[in-house]
Amino acid sequence: MDLLEYQGKQLFAAHGVAVPGGEVAATVEDAVAAAERIGYPCAIKAQVLIGGRGKAGGIKIAADGTQAREHAEAIIGMDLRGPRGEGPFRVERVWVEGGSAIAAEYYASVILDRGEKKLLAMVSAKGGMDIEAVAAEDPGALVKEHIDPTRPFTGAAARPIVDAAGLAEDVRDEVAEVLAKLAETAMAEDATLIEVNPLIVTEARDVVALDAKVTIDNNALYRHEELAAIDAESVADPQEAMAREKGLTYVKLDGDVGILANGAGLCMSTLDVVAQAGGEPANFLDAGGGSKAEAIVDALTVIASDEKVTAILFNIFGGITRCDEIATGIVEASRQLELAVPLVVRLDGTNSEEGLEILADASLADLHQEKTMLGAARRVVELASHPPAGGWD
Amino acid sequence: MSIVVDNDTKLVVSGLTGREGSFHGLRNRAYGTYVAAGVTPGKGGQEVEGVPVFDSIREAVEQEGANTSMIFVPARFAAPAIDEAIESGVHTVIAITEGIPVLDMLRTYWKAREAGVRLIGPNCPGVLSPGKANVGIIPAHFFDPGEIGVVSKSGTLTYQIGSELKQAGEGNSSIVGIGGDPIIGSDFIDVLKLFEADPETALIVMVGEIGGDAEERAAEFIAAEISKPVVAYIAGFTAPPGKQMGHAGAIISGSSGTAQAKKEALEEKGVRVGESPTETAAIAVEVLRS
Repeated sequence: MDLLEYQGKQLFAAHGVAVPGGEVAATVEDAVAAAERIGYPCAIKAQVLIGGRGKAGGIKIAADGTQAREHAEAIIGMDLRGPRGEGPFRVERVWVEGGSAIAAEYYASVILDRGEKKLLAMVSAKGGMDIEAVAAEDPGALVKEHIDPTRPFTGAAARPIVDAAGLAEDVRDEVAEVLAKLAETAMAEDATLIEVNPLIVTEARDVVALDAKVTIDNNALYRHEELAAIDAESVADPQEAMAREKGLTYVKLDGDVGILANGAGLCMSTLDVVAQAGGEPANFLDAGGGSKAEAIVDALTVIASDEKVTAILFNIFGGITRCDEIATGIVEASRQLELAVPLVVRLDGTNSEEGLEILADASLADLHQEKTMLGAARRVVELASHPPAGGWD
Repeated sequence: MSIVVDNDTKLVVSGLTGREGSFHGLRNRAYGTYVAAGVTPGKGGQEVEGVPVFDSIREAVEQEGANTSMIFVPARFAAPAIDEAIESGVHTVIAITEGIPVLDMLRTYWKAREAGVRLIGPNCPGVLSPGKANVGIIPAHFFDPGEIGVVSKSGTLTYQIGSELKQAGEGNSSIVGIGGDPIIGSDFIDVLKLFEADPETALIVMVGEIGGDAEERAAEFIAAEISKPVVAYIAGFTAPPGKQMGHAGAIISGSSGTAQAKKEALEEKGVRVGESPTETAAIAVEVLRS
């Protein structure tokens, strides 16, 4: 789960990392009132999960109340896209924050390095810009050091990284402390990524986190009540919310071919094979191991509620999952939901013959059986892109 | 031979008295795996279908000679259970449990490394050496004994490929599910090393997916250290950045971890990469017979 900037900053503040004071607002009136309390100049910052918000027009500085209103009106409700085309995300909330007198912009982060199985601390004197570009153009400017998992990572332990990054002498101790606190935050809050860009030095020589990018490990939410609450309210997409309620692993995509498979790997592979056949997947849905009929009804309910879906592919390879259970679920779901789109079903593995018999006996309209994964992918793409003569009704 | 589990495996199952643990533990025994003991704290002295249950893994090691541990306990208790196994005297720990916090696994990973214990998983289907032993949840009937070693981040995808190999008349030396989490005990490279040294393995199929750089690292390692042919498959070409695809590790962050980058890294080192599970199995059969 990714935190919004202000949520990340609240986490920083709780762990002793300095952040500018601010307030979150969901309406123009609230944003203006917050700006009046905070004073001018202040920053109005769109709270969406993309990088490059400033360039996209999602961050503006207000010098007075009139500007605060103008900016809040422009930003709240706008659709922002990330630098890699992510989104669009609608801005539901802004963070109104006191202006900072910036003397220098640095970069600091602590991320989980999967390959090395350690946390990796990174620091650069070149903050405030795209750090991947900095790393590509001037690799020496980004200092990286793994954190020894067997020793406490204190400010003293962080100091050599800060020295190597060539920051201003007078703030090195303080930046090292911040780095140690970021690592402490990661470990205490189960964050797999904490990035501060920029980490600023103010004209008063204070070190302050001006931005916050934080990713929390979903597997650990059970031991972080407040973060779990943020996660629960962060799902905006209606299908994703419905899937979560039913305990299904579902990801919404842009296409029109609904997909259900068992197992994350097989499901990803099914998306790929459908794309190779010329189709566009509408979703990822892993029915999980040992799926029962009821879970299949739930899954089909979620997939079919996406209006873009024009055909659905079931790709099941039964291991622990029994194909007869899946078939029973398909039959039940078809009766309950009155599906308006064709279903392509490929059942293989445990009890596949029994499953195929159940489907044949039910003689469902618009159900197409295929023996292989590739055959099923081709068939569903054909059905999705060629509506029947009378239309979909 | 075969790798990780075989006729010498003496298994102790943590969570044997639970629903999943007993179902799969007994299934493993029915396959021919020697299930020496179960462990559930507070239930020492009980039996599950003739398998003695102990309070601790160490007791199972001392009294029944267990050398391999399988972890089937719920996620929030799993990391301590793995730690217990690491310290118990077994040489191999296979963790099936899904959903363990990643920073817990980070600490546990280093404990296993320091103790010299082989850890497979977590969030994996286990290891099957056809005709010898099955530890975990891999449905054994899709796999025959043979010469192809399989190492995979994904369960069902492996069953799919195994089933296609079987239909083509080929079998497997061992199938190792390494798991789809960001931090896993054994990576592709660890398992590739074992297959390279295993005289019964003639060819290796590697099944990867988006996220991390384990496939890219494996590509480098294959070029430098592996003399046997390797055929690969990568899942997740259509996955968008920033979305987690089921497995906790399957997420493209920034510009790295894409399926395309992994495919290119492998092909650059001479590893053939199948477009689909079906094509991957077909390439493996073709290379094996050439």
